[in-house]
Amino acid sequence: MKNLIEVKNIKKNYGKKAAVKGISFNVQEDEILGLLGPNGSGKTTTIGMLLGLLKPTSGQIFINNLKLEDNRIKILEMINFISPYIELPKKLTVKQNLYVYSRLYKVRNIKERIEYLSEKLRIGELLENITGELSSGQKNRVSLAKALINEPKVLLLDEPTASLDPEIGDFVRTFLEEYKKENKISILLASHNMNEVTRLCKSVLMMKNGEIVDKGKPEDLITKHGRNNLEEVFLKLSRSKNELN
Amino acid sequence: MSLTRIYGLFLRHFYLITRSLPRVLDLVYWPTIQITLWGFISNFFATHTTYYNNAVGVILTCAILYDFLFRTSIGFNMLFLEEIWSRNFTNLFIAPMKIGEILTSLVITALIRSLIGLVPAVLLTSPLFGISILDLGIFLFFLFLSLYIFGITLGILVSSGLLRFGPSFENIAWSTMFLLAPFGCIYYPIDILPEIFQKIAYALPLVYIFEEARNILINQTVNIENIYYAFGWNTLYFIVSIVLFYYSFNAAKNKGTLINMGE
Repeated sequence: MKNLIEVKNIKKNYGKKAAVKGISFNVQEDEILGLLGPNGSGKTTTIGMLLGLLKPTSGQIFINNLKLEDNRIKILEMINFISPYIELPKKLTVKQNLYVYSRLYKVRNIKERIEYLSEKLRIGELLENITGELSSGQKNRVSLAKALINEPKVLLLDEPTASLDPEIGDFVRTFLEEYKKENKISILLASHNMNEVTRLCKSVLMMKNGEIVDKGKPEDLITKHGRNNLEEVFLKLSRSKNELN
Repeated sequence: MSLTRIYGLFLRHFYLITRSLPRVLDLVYWPTIQITLWGFISNFFATHTTYYNNAVGVILTCAILYDFLFRTSIGFNMLFLEEIWSRNFTNLFIAPMKIGEILTSLVITALIRSLIGLVPAVLLTSPLFGISILDLGIFLFFLFLSLYIFGITLGILVSSGLLRFGPSFENIAWSTMFLLAPFGCIYYPIDILPEIFQKIAYALPLVYIFEEARNILINQTVNIENIYYAFGWNTLYFIVSIVLFYYSFNAAKNKGTLINMGE
């Protein structure tokens, strides 16, 4: 399998403070990799660097074999991002937002793409609604449609189901599983929902204080740390002193 | 440069304006109030002073020109601030847009916003005060162009500050024009300023633009040197603003402002 994301020893310092301390990992085609860690562990900083919003202090990032530093626009054309902390313009209708982002990503068959995503994400009847007036669950699905508008090869998800009710959360997770299977995309998933991570991710990275403190398949990590589930592994690693493997 | 992407970002702001009648009214309201107010003041001065008695519309024309500058600059900043307020900033900067495409789109949108406000106000001046800004003739175009470039330049400079320092720079965005206005010699000749202020004023394109507007209206002559100087300074400041914007973008990538914007 081909690596779509290759992260080689990236570091990010803010002044004297090291937010990310030389981490390396790969995400293969058709793989969902979980990025776990307590608040302040460096997950958002890592995602920021993958999106080109943050410049690493050192190290290299390759997306689809292209070096991010030298190919920012080409890479941004093939990736996308969703986070509950960013929103689409609230005063525009859902359709207008999707149309605007289709233009920004130079989508060729805009109408067909919006229709396809509307059907898959069940937002067809919301297209003429004002985005700011949608419920959290509806906004989440619209943001997901925006994140998939350019048929990304790489999708970065930061807490994609935060603040969703269990039914919508399950719908989103099922959608992601099916979409990944159909389109062979790579997904990097940062989440605090351990059930979600166990269900979706083939392997996970555990981050703490800017470092990767453990990695592996969820079931292997549970066995290795002698715990009952991934949440207990997370708590053990979060509460322990730095434990590098 | 991709026209598709430039058009896409333009549409984002165009939809915003056309979806909201209060927004359109807001764009029209302030220039109209400003120009009506200065129209009456202008009429008063024209009948009570000798300096303006041959050119009733001097103050009003300068008010219209200044308002165009003000609206262009504020309009550009507003477009940038809209992205921060709507928490759409990250979405915009992870879209595959070159900086040049973002700036081009905002420059075009800012012009359209300014014209939406200005055109109705200008049309009012003729029936209300018997004045037409078209009295400036062909040179009106150069004066407007010069003001537009300077307005955009100020907008880019303030946006650079927003990129570099984040939303806390917002207050500066509102105060820039008020800071520069006294040096612009909008309603009075440059001789009124103290000598030290004159030196500052001469390093701004504004003084040449407004001096020339008054020159055309009062003396009915054209001093082409003023227009050259205005364009010269404009070119310099415009280049500086672009360089600073790129610098701020890179600084923001180092500092992490882009990812935290709006929080």
